[in-house]
Parts: sequence; C-alpha cells; structure tokens
Amino acid sequence: MHDILLLLSLYGEAVFAGVLIALSCALLGVNLVLKRYSMIGDGLSHVSFGALSIGLAVGVAPMAIALPVVIIAAFFLLRASEKEHLHGDAAIALLSSGALAIGILVSHLFQTNMSVEDYMFGSLYAIDRGDFILSVVLALCVLVLFVLFYNKIFAVTFDESFAKATGVHVSRYNSLVAVLTAVTVVVGMRMMGALLISSLIIFPAITAMRIFKSFKSVTIASGILSVLCFLLGVILSFTHRGLPTGATIVVVNLVVFILVTLFSKKRV
Amino acid sequence: MSILLEAKNICVSYEKALAVGDVSFRVEEGDYICVLGENGAGKSTLLKALLGLIPLKSGEILPHNIKPSQIGYLPQQTQVQKDFPASVREVILSGRAAKTGKLPFFRDKDRADMKAYVQMLNLKDILNRSYRELSGGQQQRVLLCRALLAAEKLLVLDEPAAGLDAVITHEFYHIVGHLNKEKKVAVIMVSHDIRCAVREAKHILHLKKEASYFGPSEDYVKTRDYHYLLGGCCDHA
Repeated sequence: MHDILLLLSLYGEAVFAGVLIALSCALLGVNLVLKRYSMIGDGLSHVSFGALSIGLAVGVAPMAIALPVVIIAAFFLLRASEKEHLHGDAAIALLSSGALAIGILVSHLFQTNMSVEDYMFGSLYAIDRGDFILSVVLALCVLVLFVLFYNKIFAVTFDESFAKATGVHVSRYNSLVAVLTAVTVVVGMRMMGALLISSLIIFPAITAMRIFKSFKSVTIASGILSVLCFLLGVILSFTHRGLPTGATIVVVNLVVFILVTLFSKKRV
Repeated sequence: MSILLEAKNICVSYEKALAVGDVSFRVEEGDYICVLGENGAGKSTLLKALLGLIPLKSGEILPHNIKPSQIGYLPQQTQVQKDFPASVREVILSGRAAKTGKLPFFRDKDRADMKAYVQMLNLKDILNRSYRELSGGQQQRVLLCRALLAAEKLLVLDEPAAGLDAVITHEFYHIVGHLNKEKKVAVIMVSHDIRCAVREAKHILHLKKEASYFGPSEDYVKTRDYHYLLGGCCDHA
C-alpha cells in the first residue's frame, strides 16, 4: 500500500495518462480485432517510430511530424485493403518493416538519443508536462468520439454493406476509426512503446470476447480489463524494482488471457 | 403515386463479364416488385447496384423523394464473422443506426418500433441471446427484423424466405404485405418461389441479364418466361 502511494505521488501524471491510453486502445481494439486489423497497432507504431526519429534528427517537435504521418499511414492501410490492390496484412508488413528500418537508420546517422529499447517499451516515467497534457487531451478526444459514434461504429463493424445500403456514411466512420487509432498509437507509442501498444489493442479485446456475448458488454469489459491489467503491471514493476514496466504489463495481459481461456473452456 | 426510384439503362459488369445489361424500371410509392430469373441472371447484382453497393458500368439510378436512411435491406448472405459478439437486440437496433442522425443514442421510438417487429417475428425469447449462437433460420429472422426496422419507404429483400420454415415464411409474407398495404412501403424482392411471387407482387421484373419482362403480375403468367421458370422449378423438385 505504501508502495502504491509512493508510485502515485512520484508518477501520478504518467499513470493517469497511461490509464486513458490503455482505455482508448481497448475500446478501439474490439473494433480493430473484429475487422481483422489486429496488427494495425503494431504497424502504425513502427511508422510512428520512423517519424519520431526523423523528427528528432531534423529538430522539429517529434509529435508534429509523427501525428500527420501516422494518420496518413492509417488511411493508406485501410484503403489498401478496401480496394484489395494489396492485402491488409501484406500492406501492414511492408509499411512497418520499411518504417522501422528508416527509423533505425536515421537514429544511427544523426546520433539521436532514441534507442530501440525506448521504441520497444517506451518510457512511461520520462514524460514531461507538455507530453502529459497532450496525451490526456488526445486520449479524452478519442474516448468522447468513440462514445458519441458508438452505434454507428457498431453498425459499420457488424455489417458494412447493410450499413452502407441504409445510409450510414461507412467511409466516414472507417476514417474516424483510422484517425482515432492513429492518434492513440502516436500518443501511446511515446509513453509505452510499440510492443505495449499493439498488445493493449489486442489482448483486452480478445479476452473480453471469450467471456461476453454482446458488443456492448465486450467493449465495456475490454476497457475495464485493459485498465486493471495496466495498473497491476505498473504496480508490480514498481514494487519489484528492475522489472521493465512495458513487458510486465504485457505479461499481466497474457496471464489474464490464459486464465480466462482455461476457465471458459472448462465451462463449455 | 409518386416515384421513389428510377433505374435508367443500367449496366453492371464484373471484370469483363456483363452481369446486368441495360435494365430500366421504376419503383413507385407502395409498389411491390418481384425480381425473378434463373441463377446467375443478375438478380442480386441488380439489387446491390440499386443500393449503391456496386458501381454501375453505365446508366443511372435516380432517387426521387427517398433517402438511403429510409431503405431496409436484407442481403442474401451476410458476411458476419463467426466470432462476432453481438446480441440479437444490438443487431436489430442497428437497422436504425443511420436514422438517429447526429444523436449518439437510439430514441424511445426506435425501441418501441423494435418491440412491435420483434413481437411479429416471434423473436422475443431470443432478444438477449448471442447472434452467433443462433441457427441459420433464426439468424435470417433477426436480419429480416433489422431490415423491417430500417424500411420507412422501401424494403429491398434478397431471397428472404431462404432458411425459413413454412410457418414463418407464411407469417413473413403476411407482414411484408401488411407493411406494403397499410404503410405504403414499397417492396423489391428477389425470390425463387415463383407462384408466391406472382400472388403477392404487383409487378414482376424478369431478368436474363436484360429485363425480358417488366409489367403487372397478372400479365406475367401469360408469358413464356413464367412457364419456363415454373417448368424448371418442377424439374428440381
């Protein structure tokens, strides 16, 4: 208990911003996993890494470059699979390995202080005031927009052609999900790294889908699970000094997923 | 009678193969059109083109006095993934997703209308069940209910009776007939039940990629197309 209070007094802001990002990831995750875009978080965080390192190299505010670049990449990935010139998974693989390579080359050439470690796991405790405010504002935007358009997002995710035939602006809501995902990835990537972002998108959604049967309950459960696993991971890594935060959170998610899978198998 | 939709010389092709060629017809308020034809005659394609789901190669579709949000649609196959978590209630209500406009939530009216259709289609007991756990026939009834909830002026049905048992099929034609007569909802339906189509519909559109017949049902029974289809139908049975 003492440890938890210490954690909050030292890194309260970081933990708060992390909770909001974990929540955004989980809500969007349900939609992305169901649309077979599980790997989009991973792909976009690689792109984000590439853009961040270019930003650092040329001395521009990294977010100012990463945000538009990742939004464009998200559009490209969704459009590519829509038009079927290139399959979604191939497009993601191309984009993410390309961007990762560019990021590493640029970091090396310009000797920026962005390490591969940072990129994999982020640095939750290293965020400054400006990053904190930006993260909170963006995460809140994602949450509010998601709730406002929840019914339309459901209709488009469940049956796109019915939604289109009955007058839902399908491409508008697909674009909305793309932009929200891009924003979440860019914001989350700096704090939590590529590995953690893609697992925050996938794990809570998959786990919730094993327990619940309606879209609403899956979405709510996914959000709650994500926040709980995030907090548990942060606390564990803080109390057992030396445990890397990002990796701990991923492992907590994995353990919960395995437990739920075993339990729900037994019940059936 | 005011015109809802007008199709003018529409052609649709997949790759290079022509699927629908030079079809013209109009849908009026309170109309009831059955689209008949053999497999591969372009029936489903025509419906999808009308709904703007696939691009036209040439020709045009002119909507008069109708918005997409006033259309209900029952697809032939819905590509819903096996693992999609959705309750029957959520699926049915999504028929009104476009109508809430900028409102983030469904209105009381949407829920009340849903209750009425749920009662009619006898879905009350499975309202809270998971869509993915239902049998094929039950799923078809749920999708029908969603289409009915969405249809304010026009109901587009692609083989609605597929997978329904005789009792529900009868009940279904009754509901569609009621909507058509009382609420003046226009109906366009692809069907393989030829006798039923001729009995229920006001107009028949017979497709062989081109429209070989478009006119009143009473006259259709005198055509060679009708007897050909009936013959073909009996051969299969």
